Amino acid sequence: MPDIHDHTHAPRVDCEQALAEIYTYLDGELTDEKRTLIAGHLEGCNPCIEVYDFEAELRVVISTRARNEAVPETLRMRIAEKLTLFVRGEIPDVEASSDAGADPSADFGADFGAGADPRIGQPPASDA
Amino acid sequence: MADQELFAQQAMEFMPALYSAALRMTRNPSDAEDLVQETYLKAFRSFGGFEQGTNLRAWLYRILTNTFINSYRSKKRRPTETELDEGEDLHLYRRLGGLEAVLASRSAEDELMDWFTDVEVKNALEALPENFRIPVLLADVEGFSYKEIAEMLDIPIGTVMSRLHRGRKSLQKQLYEFALSRGLTGRDTQPVLEDLEPSSTQPGSNLP
Repeated sequence: MPDIHDHTHAPRVDCEQALAEIYTYLDGELTDEKRTLIAGHLEGCNPCIEVYDFEAELRVVISTRARNEAVPETLRMRIAEKLTLFVRGEIPDVEASSDAGADPSADFGADFGAGADPRIGQPPASDA
Repeated sequence: MADQELFAQQAMEFMPALYSAALRMTRNPSDAEDLVQETYLKAFRSFGGFEQGTNLRAWLYRILTNTFINSYRSKKRRPTETELDEGEDLHLYRRLGGLEAVLASRSAEDELMDWFTDVEVKNALEALPENFRIPVLLADVEGFSYKEIAEMLDIPIGTVMSRLHRGRKSLQKQLYEFALSRGLTGRDTQPVLEDLEPSSTQPGSNLP
């Protein structure tokens, strides 16, 4: 029996249910139906919207703080060198840089293209 | 070879982001440089398999992640690092969520931005065991979808979700430890969400 105050007669979620889905909501990974339910709850629930805001802000802080490394000039030059060869049509060899190739169990230098997942060239699914 | 030139140009733009991610993965600047260089070499070698107009960024991160897993992981000298320091749900909010309202001088985002330094956030991420660190890095720092992460790591989406869930709790716990050590809050800060989740209430916590 629908709540008479609920004009849409839509199903409802409580705080516990909304908070359980808060990360999936923030990740943009809920189904349309669930997203609408959680958004509806957040709209009318101040404590839960505070949690949401906090977590959304924290996400911004984490991504901002953790991805501002300056590329070392040596690396830039090493790659630019390979890139010149590549643009000329001379595909550079994968060289044994450092000791990374020393481990025979490592699939290092193997042809990535051949072993790659066939889905690799496909566009990622849009979750918008 | 206009194709190659266009591809190279576009791929080079991602170098700073790839290098940052490589540092979080390898936790070592020298390994990170090698990892990024190998990523570009492999990208150049297999660029014929890349379809123009599709997501180049996801494609490059996929090579980066694959290369890290196949090569650098085997060099790990920390066999015990699989231990995860588990936090609880909404670990930080329960402890710090009330503070911004008390301080109230600026926006909550400014407060949060000030609470943690670059080094603290990086250390907190790097403290996560690799199984949790890579999904959290790809989702929370790089913004990839569950599906993209599942494909990069070759694990089911459900596994991505559970590792994100546990990894994020642990990350928040580590950040809270940093906040405590810098004197931003007191040890006995009460959870602010008791009313929302009764199971978290400690017996006897209402006693004077």
